[in-house]
Amino acid sequence: MIAIVDYGAGNLVSVKKALDWLGHDCAITSDPERVRNATRVVLPGVGHFGSTAALGRSGLHGAIADAIDRGVPFLGICVGMQWMFESSQESPETSGLGLFHGECERFPATVKSPHVGWNQIEAGASSRLFRDLPASSFMYFTHSFCAPLFEDTVACCEYGGRFSAAVERDHCFGVQFHPEKSGENGLKVLEKFCVI
Amino acid sequence: MLTKRIIACLDVDGGRVVKGVQFTNLRDAGDPAELAKAHAASGADEIVLLDISATHERRTTLLDTVCRTARQLFIPFTVGGGIRTLEDAAAVFSAGADKVSINSAALADPELITHIAERFGSQAVVVAIDAKRSKNELHWEAFARGGRTATARDAVAWARQVESCGAGEILLTSMDRDGTGSGFDCDLTRTVADSVRIPVIASGGAGGAQHFVEVFREGHADAALAASIFHYGFSRLVDLKQQLSSEGIAVRWPC
Repeated sequence: MIAIVDYGAGNLVSVKKALDWLGHDCAITSDPERVRNATRVVLPGVGHFGSTAALGRSGLHGAIADAIDRGVPFLGICVGMQWMFESSQESPETSGLGLFHGECERFPATVKSPHVGWNQIEAGASSRLFRDLPASSFMYFTHSFCAPLFEDTVACCEYGGRFSAAVERDHCFGVQFHPEKSGENGLKVLEKFCVI
Repeated sequence: MLTKRIIACLDVDGGRVVKGVQFTNLRDAGDPAELAKAHAASGADEIVLLDISATHERRTTLLDTVCRTARQLFIPFTVGGGIRTLEDAAAVFSAGADKVSINSAALADPELITHIAERFGSQAVVVAIDAKRSKNELHWEAFARGGRTATARDAVAWARQVESCGAGEILLTSMDRDGTGSGFDCDLTRTVADSVRIPVIASGGAGGAQHFVEVFREGHADAALAASIFHYGFSRLVDLKQQLSSEGIAVRWPC
């Protein structure tokens, strides 16, 4: 069972709908035990980095960390990806998982924020999630903060500068865009994650 | 590069898609779920479903229509009409919408914008502004209740206020142009788009591809929305995107 982690904020229906459509057994859950025992874990994106503080209060933070330690594939979407870093300028008092070093940053004042709409990502050949997609594909983004480029960046995007559109290390994946809202391309990314 | 979005709008009344000329004279255009799927397949970047009679008749949004439409849709989906409270918004999100569009309720209580944004994120809150040019032609006035009620509020000042309340996008409809096919109101769109730092969706008046070119170039719109030109096959989305692309406007193509 794929656990879609519910931490009391935002809208998880879209992710569930997409995984159902692809024919994968999944459930929205806020139960740390179900997350710990899942075959895969998805942390969907919600509006604000500060809302991820609820993961710590509910025991879900530890459950996700345990699952990752066991080698369970993990996918963070949007704020779910940002949470894989140490922190975000959006809510400096909230700690992320810290799997990746560094801080998510605000877009520069030279561009409108949030970054909303379809933008092209440039994916490297090494990424397992993007293997079946053209090197340059359109994905749907909606966010005001982003992760800088670093050694685990596997896809980048340009908006007021280049930022990480996707990150990947071992069995842990993060995407800044919304695969569940990115049409056929997005569904292909989700399918890849489900069969890794 | 971030592309300009083409949004297909479904005006729904009694569970069927209709489209009015300047908000009246409705005629049937089909099933919302089928039309949404067809628009997505032909290249729409986003779907907006507006329950146009919900506020007027004080009905709640047709949640089953939303649910049925959302099930087969894997592009962004916005729902508006009759959303008056945080609970109304939550029900629409549960039914499968990604964003809610609010208008009359926000005018009555701007804090509703903040409440929905705090719970679901700013990206999930679209504030719709129905604007009509004033008689002296110097400014635009915001209207409530599907264009039925004047508010005496300046549309540009209201746009700035909704941004500060936490709205993620503005859906700006020119009541003067809506349903006429005579082109978007580029003056209105540019004035609002240049006054805020959140994306502005231009709406009302689309009659052909050149109108989209104009509203992106001269109106500074981030996205443009149309209804009837897509439903009745006056303009195929594929052709529209090809033309925009050939004019040097970045669009999602091929999809």
